[in-house]
Amino acid sequence: MAELIQILVSGLAAGSIYALAAVGFTLLWQASQTINFAQGEFVMLPAFFVLVGVHFLGLPLWPAIFFGLLLSLLILGVAFKRLIVEPMLPHGTLPLVIATIALGLLLKESVKEFYGATAQPFPAIFPQTVYNVMGASVSLQDICNLAVSMLAIGGLQLFLSRTRTGRCMQASAQNPAVAEILGVNVKRMVLYTFLINAALATIASVLISPIYLAKFSNGETLGLVAFIAAIVGGFNQIRGALVGGLLIGVIDNLSAVYISAEYRAAMPLLLLIAIILLRPQGLLGTKEGRSV
Amino acid sequence: MFKTLCSTAAVALALSATSALAEVKIGSIVELSGAGAAAGTNFRDGVHMAFEEINAAGGILGEQVSITEYDSQTDPQVSRAMVQKAIDDGVYAITGTVFSSSTIVNMLVAQQAGIPQFTGSEAPKITQMNNPYIFRTAFGSQKGIPKMTKYMAEEMGIKKVAVVWANTEFGKGGHSAFVDEVGNHGIEIIADIPTEQAQTDFSADVLKAKNSGADAVFVYLTEEESARFLREAQKQSIGLPMIGETTLIGAKVIELAGDAANGAMGHVGLTADADIPAMTDMVARFTAQFKYTPDHNAIKGYTAAYAIKCVTEKNGKVDSQALADAMHGLKLTVAECPGVLMDVSWDETGEMSRESFFVEVQDGKQTIKAVLPPN
Amino acid sequence: MKHLKLLLLSLAIGALVVAPIGQGNYIIYTLCSWLLFSISAMGLNLTLGYAGQVSLAQAGFMGIGAYITALMTLAGIHWIVAAGVSISTCFAVGLLLGYPALRVQHHFLAFVTLAFNTLLFLVLRNEEEITGGSFGLVGMPRPSFFGISTNSNLAFYYFSLACFLTAVAVMWWILRSPWGRSFKALRENPIRAESLGLKIRRQTLLAFAIGSAFGGLAGAMQAPLVQFIEPGSFALVHSLKILLMVVVGGSGYFYGPMLGAAVVILLPEVLRFTEGYYLIIYSALVIVLMVFSPNGLIGAGQKIWTKFRPKHEERRDMQKGFQL
Repeated sequence: MAELIQILVSGLAAGSIYALAAVGFTLLWQASQTINFAQGEFVMLPAFFVLVGVHFLGLPLWPAIFFGLLLSLLILGVAFKRLIVEPMLPHGTLPLVIATIALGLLLKESVKEFYGATAQPFPAIFPQTVYNVMGASVSLQDICNLAVSMLAIGGLQLFLSRTRTGRCMQASAQNPAVAEILGVNVKRMVLYTFLINAALATIASVLISPIYLAKFSNGETLGLVAFIAAIVGGFNQIRGALVGGLLIGVIDNLSAVYISAEYRAAMPLLLLIAIILLRPQGLLGTKEGRSV
Repeated sequence: MFKTLCSTAAVALALSATSALAEVKIGSIVELSGAGAAAGTNFRDGVHMAFEEINAAGGILGEQVSITEYDSQTDPQVSRAMVQKAIDDGVYAITGTVFSSSTIVNMLVAQQAGIPQFTGSEAPKITQMNNPYIFRTAFGSQKGIPKMTKYMAEEMGIKKVAVVWANTEFGKGGHSAFVDEVGNHGIEIIADIPTEQAQTDFSADVLKAKNSGADAVFVYLTEEESARFLREAQKQSIGLPMIGETTLIGAKVIELAGDAANGAMGHVGLTADADIPAMTDMVARFTAQFKYTPDHNAIKGYTAAYAIKCVTEKNGKVDSQALADAMHGLKLTVAECPGVLMDVSWDETGEMSRESFFVEVQDGKQTIKAVLPPN
Repeated sequence: MKHLKLLLLSLAIGALVVAPIGQGNYIIYTLCSWLLFSISAMGLNLTLGYAGQVSLAQAGFMGIGAYITALMTLAGIHWIVAAGVSISTCFAVGLLLGYPALRVQHHFLAFVTLAFNTLLFLVLRNEEEITGGSFGLVGMPRPSFFGISTNSNLAFYYFSLACFLTAVAVMWWILRSPWGRSFKALRENPIRAESLGLKIRRQTLLAFAIGSAFGGLAGAMQAPLVQFIEPGSFALVHSLKILLMVVVGGSGYFYGPMLGAAVVILLPEVLRFTEGYYLIIYSALVIVLMVFSPNGLIGAGQKIWTKFRPKHEERRDMQKGFQL
């Protein structure tokens, strides 16, 4: 029993961070049909912005995180949209997919070249006090990570459904042409989506790096997991990405303990294939296609 | 027609090889990108620092050393091409590669061309392939692990052990050496836990080791995964001694894992914290020059460069075949070659022997518990 | 115009024949890699450029081919048989994988192949009784034909060139056949093509399976070239690398994959002077290329060509000639 609780708690903590990356992934897909193969690198990079702030600019941790957020918004949000996505949208999906693959490589190699090939320790934001809950070790860090991710995703959901801007964003995603006619500034709404994705990536990065360490190649695994979580949950639903992320986190741990450590990485992939064959719209996805 | 073509190519190659020996050319083929970038960069920088020092002191036999760099991209196929290229460029000796999967392939090319190669790989297989041109810069895991298991059984009284290992060629090498050895000392493996390359979430693995009922955990992971494992182990208060190789208790792991590394122990072939003035001094200069703390790979590269220098000067000529011949059965002492940092010897297969240490991490520092004699 | 084309073609083949003569082993080895990756990229180009489906498992298919060939030749079976088995297995796996994935429209083939490639890596690594696990398989013999061994690098180059030319001829024939021409119809106007009686799904599925079979041939050549294979050489990143080759060269152009493979394999060499920065420069160049010319280098070349050409010229012929 204690073992199972331990697995569930650890799985949920890891899964909540996968969910953050996966949500950004679905947002970009809905707003601009961008399959972002650099999503993993988007989560890897902000940690290094923060480290630059701490080690080179001498900032305390929180201002450094703010500095990292600003840089992420600028580079992963505005510049990514303006310089790469926007000029390529008329060309269709494929060149953009290729460009994001190349972008992932570019970010990874740049970090390696300019910051170093080895992993870096990253300061923890939350205390690492460990509690014993029915025989399972649960750290305050895990609980806070879970809470912050849930708040971020919940807040986003509220923003999209309750505010005017949020609903305009939904309209732009569902039917850009009609939204434009109704006076929605579609371009601006798409920009907001990119900014939200950059912000989510920063949150994920700051939460995950104290545990997983900051390393240039971290994006490889993270990107794949986010990708799987997004498809499993439903490519057109934020809630889907959340459920997908948590599910992958738990399944990964369950299969490592109870099925086969050698094939633990296979379980999420088998789930992915099963979902595509049996329920291509994803667990929580709806058939009609795009909606935020 | 093929024969004529081949012989033309061979003549052209031979010509370029002889004309190239105006200076001493060293080919450095390491992992500068891909999964092995961290290890490869360390090794490369070690080689560079040593040859810069050698050049500043007048070179080898009065000739300056030039290093040509090749990036193997941690890809065996590319590494093979790069060794081929280095040989086409007429190098005197080769340093690298570090990853065993690459070395296993590219050493065949160096063998065909008769160029001595100083590898950073520790997989047992490398010196078992009857290749007279391959030389280790750190002894293989089949030599290190027996030293350690003996210590575990005799000094620590361990009977049951859980093994956590990286499911890569690196981890597999250590794992099989360990599995082969424990039987000789009456140690039983009661949990066998493979992990993925670049795995981030170790909670399931720690949980399995913790609940296995073992007396100790043997950890054979690369540095960063070791650090993640140690942190998770601390979180779940595993309460078991954790024993490993250099990759569990190296300086990088201690930096990354923080106080979670305290109490971890293991066997190290080379350590920056050994009580050897030459080593401490080298580490200080390295840190000043490259702005990071070197690991054992950097020391491997550094000593490889000095071994090349000393043996070449012993031979009195820059000749690849003579270098390879002289290396076999050679003992190099610090007295005659200070750059090798510790007394070292190579046997007929290119395997090396050296003293090594059993250390424990205390207060973020490696503390030497025992010096293990060469075997 | 026919004569011009024949002339250019024979010039190109002539150049390929003399290219390795007098070169060092490294250059010959690199040329062999280029031929092999060209074949693989050509296969992917059929899936991607002609049938419009993204496959992220081309390296996986090369892996299937390489492992089958390695195991069979190590058991003493001749390479030609092993290669045949490799190619047919890849074709069959392609059908099995593509059939369910293409039932659902859109990018699902991309997702399924992505999962497949990673699963294949795990199987190759874990089933070490058969595949040698992470240590891989070493020492595959190079084939010999009619008593002529391909052990020397130069001989192996001509062997690879023969395979390459065969693959090119087969691809050419496929694309010129009525069946191949229907791809063009599909690409230009799928709805019209379907109303004319074309079965889109069957066409796409076959294209994917044939493309995969080309990957199998490339793998069958890789085993004896490198004489070492390990699961890591066929991981997802390598599939992405082959995808980049196709798109950088120009997907949908017959000569695109060959150009792309040359760029991806030779660029590290050209950018050597930049030391560690070449991957940064390379990836930045790819992004710039995609922004300005989504049709790859050949597309960019055509754009520039037509810009400098007076409009009344017979442009079509020039374009075809340029593609050579």
